[in-house]
Amino acid sequence: MSNYRIDQHPILPNAKREAVPFYWQGQHLVALEGETISSALFANGVRTFGHHHKDGAPQGIFCANGQCAQCLVLADGMPVKSCMELVRPNMRVAPADGLPELPKVPVAAAPSLPETTPELEFPVLIIGGGPSGLAAAAQLGRLGIRVLLIDDKHRLGGKLVLQTHRFFGSVDAVWAGTRGIDIATKLEQQVREQPTVEIWTNSTAVAVFSDHKVGILKDGHNYILVKPQVLLVATGAREKNLLFKGNTLPGVYGAGAFQTLVNRDLVRPSERLFIVGGGNVGLIGGYHALQAGIDVVGLVEAARECGGYKVHKDKLVRMGVPIYTSHTILSANGTDSVESVTIARVDEKFRPIPGTEQTFACDTILIAVGLDPVNEFYLKAREFGMTVFASGDAEEIAEASAAIFSGKITGLEIAKALGYEAGEVPEDWYRMSEVLKSRPGANYAEKAPEWEEGVFPVFHCTQEIPCNPCTGACPQGLIRIDKSDIRQVPAFSQIGANGKGCGGCEKCVTTCPGLAITMVDYRKDPAFPEVSVSYEFLKDNLRVGDIVTVLDTHGHELGEVPVTAVRALKANDRTIAVRLKAPAAIAKQIAGIRVQQPETTSAMEQVVMRTSDDTIICRCGRVTAGEIRQLIRAGYRDINQIKVVTRSTMGACSGKNCGPLIMRIFREEGIAMGDVVQNVSRPLFVEIPLGVFAGVGVGNGEGDDHE
Amino acid sequence: MNNIYDVIILGAGSVGTPAALFMAQQGQKVLVIDPAPSVGQGSNKAAIGGIRATHSDPAKIRLCLRSLAIFSTWEAQYGDDIEWVKGGYAYPVYGQREEQILKDLLVTQKSYGLNIRWCDRDEMLREIPDLNPEGLIGGTFSPDDGSASPMLSAHAFWKAAVAAGAEFRFQEAPTAILTEGGKVTGVRTNKGEYGARVVVNAAGPWAREVSALAGVDVPVTPDLHEAAITEPVARFLEPMVVDIRPAPGSANYYFYQHKTGQVIFCITPAPQIWGRDRAETSDFLPMVARRMVELMPRLANIRVRRTWRGMYPMTPDGSPIVGWAGAVEGFLQAVGMCGQGYMLGPGVGELLARMVAGTVTPEDEEVLRILSPERAFAGMERLK
Repeated sequence: MSNYRIDQHPILPNAKREAVPFYWQGQHLVALEGETISSALFANGVRTFGHHHKDGAPQGIFCANGQCAQCLVLADGMPVKSCMELVRPNMRVAPADGLPELPKVPVAAAPSLPETTPELEFPVLIIGGGPSGLAAAAQLGRLGIRVLLIDDKHRLGGKLVLQTHRFFGSVDAVWAGTRGIDIATKLEQQVREQPTVEIWTNSTAVAVFSDHKVGILKDGHNYILVKPQVLLVATGAREKNLLFKGNTLPGVYGAGAFQTLVNRDLVRPSERLFIVGGGNVGLIGGYHALQAGIDVVGLVEAARECGGYKVHKDKLVRMGVPIYTSHTILSANGTDSVESVTIARVDEKFRPIPGTEQTFACDTILIAVGLDPVNEFYLKAREFGMTVFASGDAEEIAEASAAIFSGKITGLEIAKALGYEAGEVPEDWYRMSEVLKSRPGANYAEKAPEWEEGVFPVFHCTQEIPCNPCTGACPQGLIRIDKSDIRQVPAFSQIGANGKGCGGCEKCVTTCPGLAITMVDYRKDPAFPEVSVSYEFLKDNLRVGDIVTVLDTHGHELGEVPVTAVRALKANDRTIAVRLKAPAAIAKQIAGIRVQQPETTSAMEQVVMRTSDDTIICRCGRVTAGEIRQLIRAGYRDINQIKVVTRSTMGACSGKNCGPLIMRIFREEGIAMGDVVQNVSRPLFVEIPLGVFAGVGVGNGEGDDHE
Repeated sequence: MNNIYDVIILGAGSVGTPAALFMAQQGQKVLVIDPAPSVGQGSNKAAIGGIRATHSDPAKIRLCLRSLAIFSTWEAQYGDDIEWVKGGYAYPVYGQREEQILKDLLVTQKSYGLNIRWCDRDEMLREIPDLNPEGLIGGTFSPDDGSASPMLSAHAFWKAAVAAGAEFRFQEAPTAILTEGGKVTGVRTNKGEYGARVVVNAAGPWAREVSALAGVDVPVTPDLHEAAITEPVARFLEPMVVDIRPAPGSANYYFYQHKTGQVIFCITPAPQIWGRDRAETSDFLPMVARRMVELMPRLANIRVRRTWRGMYPMTPDGSPIVGWAGAVEGFLQAVGMCGQGYMLGPGVGELLARMVAGTVTPEDEEVLRILSPERAFAGMERLK
């Protein structure tokens, strides 16, 4: 089978890992040490992991996050979630076709049972070691408060560890300008320095109980109850879903799953990617795909404008990714996995306009249509009267920078709730928190300096967003954004307070997280000035003398110009400064270099439409939108009853995915939300084996190294 | 008048819903009132789905034999799949105390014509190959018992009842049972007033409060039991397995593999937990898991999906209360099912329909003597 690994990445190091042999359906394959089964299968080109027991529909990864059970496989006879289970040497992996056989256990192998479940008490339990959980833990640790921080992944940082790009936000408050992966390391260090903070990775919270205890699956096989005085839910977000024909075909999944495969596991899960959703998540996902050498065929956004930062959108457009605003996805086509996608223009009421359909060949469709807080633990804890806080995305969806700051504030608030003399939370912290959470503001026309002499930066950054790393980049202090509101667009002065002007150091060019600053240098040749642009792809892709297509901020082609220098300075942290020689007429308009050729993104000659109307609401139980709609039309208003009839919300994901979609169908049917009765939510929020509760773990005596 | 009915049933659960169906089928004008938003949202949905006739007293045996007949033929007659499986009930035995209890009961059970037998160790292992053989003595097995989905059943009864003409008013709570000269005349709710000469109390764990609306006390007090369900796996277990050995914290526990492939299990806490707090506690899963994994080591690998707590409306002697409330004419109690409302429901429903129609049989008379609201509540059910 082919190799779908990313051997070279412009940002991510590729540490050498031991090869681990394993078998897929008897075929010998190679995984890498520490790799999950799902990533190992993807790396070997396997994307369909089994077929659903209800209707035989092909199954593959969906959340890549241990939250659903779409990726179920049999590993040495044991049904496991392939996205969470690591490959063991010579493991025999088989598809889960139909219901899995419960592994037999030789009775002689049955271990003796412990009398009780271990219980621990902590002043603070933090669920989630992402940006906000870590920030809160650091804050509490500095005050000497004993904290248990748990995270279901093998390493801390949450989704930060998937973020290879430089962060927006405030330099002073949240390390703006630094890459997410490195912010994760910094935050983790801050927490690890605190002796009062205990950290359990690979440990999943499964339920909050009415006796104020939290059930935790520690290290994947030990069940422990923790009773905290204060619970902080910093569990982040989960991706919203979308309804369209073929929406559960293997190859349709969320941006988080994609980033996990690409940026955590260095697997190239796709050769041709199509993105649904123009928020920051989708836009950044597209950029990460290009960096991983994956073609991005296009991006649809139903609204007239992308909701994400304009600099993210511009970046994608000028690299050669077409963005179809006022468009929606109609169907994912393919038999056992995605082979193409069909989109159409929508009218002002978001209804597809017949005759505007286009089909693009692709193997993966990324759904990035927004996030919902992971708040089931918070809601349960509140229902049970616990002292509970939520921070980061679990409280309110915003950027990771906002999550860090929200964690810091919540840390202080928790200290106060515990009666510590922690002082008041400073007023300007709350203000900064609001600023970091704010959505993009006004957009101005791009205005380059009028003069054409010397050297100076050009800002292709015209939209108000909370971001200021450029201000600190300039050694002469020529770039200003008012510290009291970092949402302003940067202002540039020709001469600084020290009487000096721009020296052409390119620092601002390589620092801007939006890749939205260029530098134009007329000093050598005013008719053909040199233009510096930032570039975050493999250095070897570009050589001096290459002719490249340059584009303006909006992705319009300006012409073809030669590369005169490619500078990868260590100080610029993997951002390369590329110098181009361009005619003066276009020099100030150049915003970037095309990296993807137009033919990559052309539509197929014929429109393809999936014929079966298998729009799925509930992935676990394979319940269609039609079934739910029919019940709503028959007068059903109690989701509990819809649940009884269809079994939606009762599957392995415990309704995390279908719950919001059912509400959406109610809305589509014009039902007043006040008439809809919500279903009762019961734990567990993640399935764990009975043997774990019994204290004996799991296993069938085969290839088993759990105990 | 539109709001005059023959019968008003308070409670659209395991008992009230089939009762409404059978009464409507006889041509009664029936109204069912329930504060919940839809059918079976009280205790029905908390039931795990076991249905057996192998009880120890003739009243429950007769009622459940009828229930079994109704559940097992439902799909053929009405078309809905209620996930009925005739898997039987097994009581594996590992100790002399349990052997004695079950063998004593067997005599009574056989005398009522029940299909139940004693299995030796090897026979028991043939019925349930994954049982822990160590210390296994044998046990009883009743192949005609089975299981179905309580929620799908309630939904199916409701649909059939509506089709037969019964009316249901959900999200409506009774505030008074109206009487005149010691006779029931109707029900007042938070939304209106409805007349009827018969009012049936089928309010499960709220039976005492509902009965009080008629000025009648009925000794029903709910206690709490926790249950859970797993992921679905390929079929490996046929009967409901009941382990009646007491252990610290629990009197017994039971589990079966539902038609969907999921294992559903439940424990009887000892001492009992009284009240109505249906919030999940941290005690249940580890306690029941240890017992189940010990009895059937293969279960260690099945993943638990969801857990919940339900109420058993208990009576002082552990037997249901079915009959006319003496003090108020037209007030009919169908309460105190002690956690067996689901399996008793259809049988009780048919009986209630005959009572309302005045067509009770001599056998019914005997059942009603045993379940009478006026009884002394002295004994104790041996196999709850």
